[in-house]
Amino acid sequence: MTPPDDIGAGGRRPARAPGARRLTRHRLFWPATFLASLLLGNVAFTHDFFAVRVQNGHLYGSLIDILQFGAPLILVSLGMTLVIATRGIDLSVGSTVAIAGALACEHIATAKDPGSLPTVLSAITLAVGVAAAIGLLNGLLVARLYVQPIVATLVLMVAGRGVAQLITDGQIISVSSSAYKMIGGGYWLTLPFAVLLAAALVAVTSFVTRRTALGMLIESVGGNPVASRLVGVRAAGLLVMVYVVSAVCAAVAGLMISSNVSSADGNNAGLWIELDAILAVVIGGTALTGGRFSVGGTVLGALIIQTLSTTIYTLGVPPETTLVFKALVVMAVCLVQSPAFRARLSRRRRPAASAPAVGDAGVRQQEVHP
Amino acid sequence: MAAPPGPRTPTRTDQPVLQARGIRKAFPGVLALDGVGLRLFPGEVHALMGENGAGKSTLIKVLTGVHPPDEGSVSVDGSLQRFAEPLEAQHAGISTVYQEVNLCPNLSVAENLLVGREPRRLGLIHWSALYARAARLITELELDLDVRLPLSAYSLAVQQLVAIARAVDLEAKVLILDEPTSSLDRDEVAQLFSLVRRLRDRGVAILFVTHFLDQVFDLCDRVTVLRGGRLEGEYRIDELTPVTLVHRMVGSELRTLDELAETSRTASAAPVPAETPFLSARGLARSGAVQPYDLDIHRGEVIGLAGLLGSGRTEAARLLFGADHADAGGLRINGERTDLRSPRAAIARRIAFCSENRKAEGLIAELTVRENIVLALQAARGWARPLSRARQDEIAARWTEVLDIRPADPEAQVRNLSGGNQQKVLLARWLLTDPELLILDEPTRGIDIGAKTEIQKLVTRLASEGTAVVFISAEIEEVLRLSHRVGVLRDHRLVATLLNDPPLTPDRILGTIATGATS
Repeated sequence: MTPPDDIGAGGRRPARAPGARRLTRHRLFWPATFLASLLLGNVAFTHDFFAVRVQNGHLYGSLIDILQFGAPLILVSLGMTLVIATRGIDLSVGSTVAIAGALACEHIATAKDPGSLPTVLSAITLAVGVAAAIGLLNGLLVARLYVQPIVATLVLMVAGRGVAQLITDGQIISVSSSAYKMIGGGYWLTLPFAVLLAAALVAVTSFVTRRTALGMLIESVGGNPVASRLVGVRAAGLLVMVYVVSAVCAAVAGLMISSNVSSADGNNAGLWIELDAILAVVIGGTALTGGRFSVGGTVLGALIIQTLSTTIYTLGVPPETTLVFKALVVMAVCLVQSPAFRARLSRRRRPAASAPAVGDAGVRQQEVHP
Repeated sequence: MAAPPGPRTPTRTDQPVLQARGIRKAFPGVLALDGVGLRLFPGEVHALMGENGAGKSTLIKVLTGVHPPDEGSVSVDGSLQRFAEPLEAQHAGISTVYQEVNLCPNLSVAENLLVGREPRRLGLIHWSALYARAARLITELELDLDVRLPLSAYSLAVQQLVAIARAVDLEAKVLILDEPTSSLDRDEVAQLFSLVRRLRDRGVAILFVTHFLDQVFDLCDRVTVLRGGRLEGEYRIDELTPVTLVHRMVGSELRTLDELAETSRTASAAPVPAETPFLSARGLARSGAVQPYDLDIHRGEVIGLAGLLGSGRTEAARLLFGADHADAGGLRINGERTDLRSPRAAIARRIAFCSENRKAEGLIAELTVRENIVLALQAARGWARPLSRARQDEIAARWTEVLDIRPADPEAQVRNLSGGNQQKVLLARWLLTDPELLILDEPTRGIDIGAKTEIQKLVTRLASEGTAVVFISAEIEEVLRLSHRVGVLRDHRLVATLLNDPPLTPDRILGTIATGATS
């Protein structure tokens, strides 16, 4: 099991003030620092990067854009965080994004009155309901049939895109519904509605996981499934729940994406978003091996990824190299987060310091009960 | 007490094929081996015996090049060796088969036998030669296997035989078998033994590590006994009886403890056998784990379970908690028939179980002390009925104080605590659920004497307050000090349930373990 990043490299004792050390050991320190430096770096290229202006009662600016375009990723990552905390993974979220968008747009496009609120509400209910069923299926495969999460959700990752295309007949469905447009493209209280929606869901999730015992029990199941069973934790119910939450979050993200462009594209909506989401979770400090999770860290992680995408566009990086650029930056983030890498760096800087023991792996297995 | 090897007459006059002298090996905080020696002669089966922690595994790891010794020497055929890694030991003719089969079940028997040294032609694997060579090896060892079938097509015992065949084909002069029989049934053991005897007759020296006494007397020619990291002695098997062997393993100082046991007994008077026992097991069993056994546990009673490691102590206890599901027999709790399908069902019946394996089965390492303590109670309540943070803090603070958990910081990660304090956290977790039956599996293992005494006192107090306790420990004195009755296990069978009044002696328990008889 990898130690969470706030532990740092155990016995290392650099000469830092205790306050500073506590700060750097906070689990959100590295993601927050990285996001801040990424944002500041942008100012060097775009002087009015931090400028936010009001126009027609709406806020505009690069920061607002990052929040708005990042909202779907934040939602998908939110659900993914809970799944990963249980030692699972949900690869089907990208397909769920596509299915939800396709269902909603198809429903609205074929309705008599596409602009009316009841039509949009029933479209939303339909999309979220079907997503919940997808999550239920994933959860039951994992919790009841003991299929490995990566395999269980791979099924729908692949097949789900087909389902989405089936719903849209392989076409891109355009809708013109001002009520539907609100979800991903509208404004409320000067802010993009999508940002408010994402913020609300993040707040609800944080509240529910930390104010009830849900968070602790999820961490317990992910941290040590055997011990959790012996303590009487009902893991199956928790597992099903996190996969349902993940799918519902993906559905809301799907509604946002399709609403923003007023169309559903079964092929490309949410393509590879599951990988960005996993990355956001990991950058946020939740280990893929399960256990402790951090919703705040995940939000920071998702914002880092979105800021990176925005930066690439504003920098004018040639399109054919954008992915390489992104890969390099992500690798840097992951290295900075890795306690082993940091330990190695500081060892190189202070060659006199004795290297931490490279742990004779066999020693742990000894019968050492004197 | 550590007699040097040498003065005893070896059974054979020739030179030892493997000889270790004055081996010393320390790990941080533990002196695992201190001046240990071992001699292996060609064509003998030699048992390496000792209690848990006596240093058997470390000695094997030194002999096979996994750990270099701090002091001492290992020689093969009279020439001094310094193994830097296991491969060098293999080249010197020392092969090892470990308890868990280290083979690939999805590959064929032939591939498993020859992986890493496949016959090649033009750089590609020469399949027909591979199968032919594997088949020849199998016939030589008088086994009957289809080498083309995947290994998983065969039982665990046969897989063990394949592992041995693989080891022997490495031109082994010395074959080390580390508890090869712990997961085999009787017929499978017989199969394995006949292979071992054939190898012995060909002049291979076999070092056999086991916890089963019968097997030692059945198979082995000589015995080396380790105790607490020191050499206790080297014996011919016909010099020993099961009882004397157990004494050598456990330590002769036990004899003098007879009177001490009486005076230091802290157990309260046995409770008056109540109307109905809290829990009553009849013919409870699980195949491969524990033979059918009967046990009644009354309120306020401490039942000790004694037996060597691997005798089925833990397995028997797990059935009482639903950690494993019994496949035969029945349980009554308060006189009412019950089937414990899961730990959750047992917890609902107010049964608690502290596993012997704190790390793997007890603690959630990355959670805090507070979270680990409230976990069982919270799990029973379900996630929607959370204990408030204030309540959790109060519980954690109270139990940290009551059990003197250190550091007294409920927000410390439990993984950073010492073994004794981790054990106290687990005790707090279960005491919080106010159990009627508390099952403690090796609660004092690997913890310091202070914490140990506190836990023993706690057991006594709980029993006097009416809690039923099942206390499992490898330390017989400890079991006798605390228990009203003692169940003795041997070879996965509960061979006797003895009343500890008048007080039993450790000798009596050891005798029961050794002979399996009730008197």
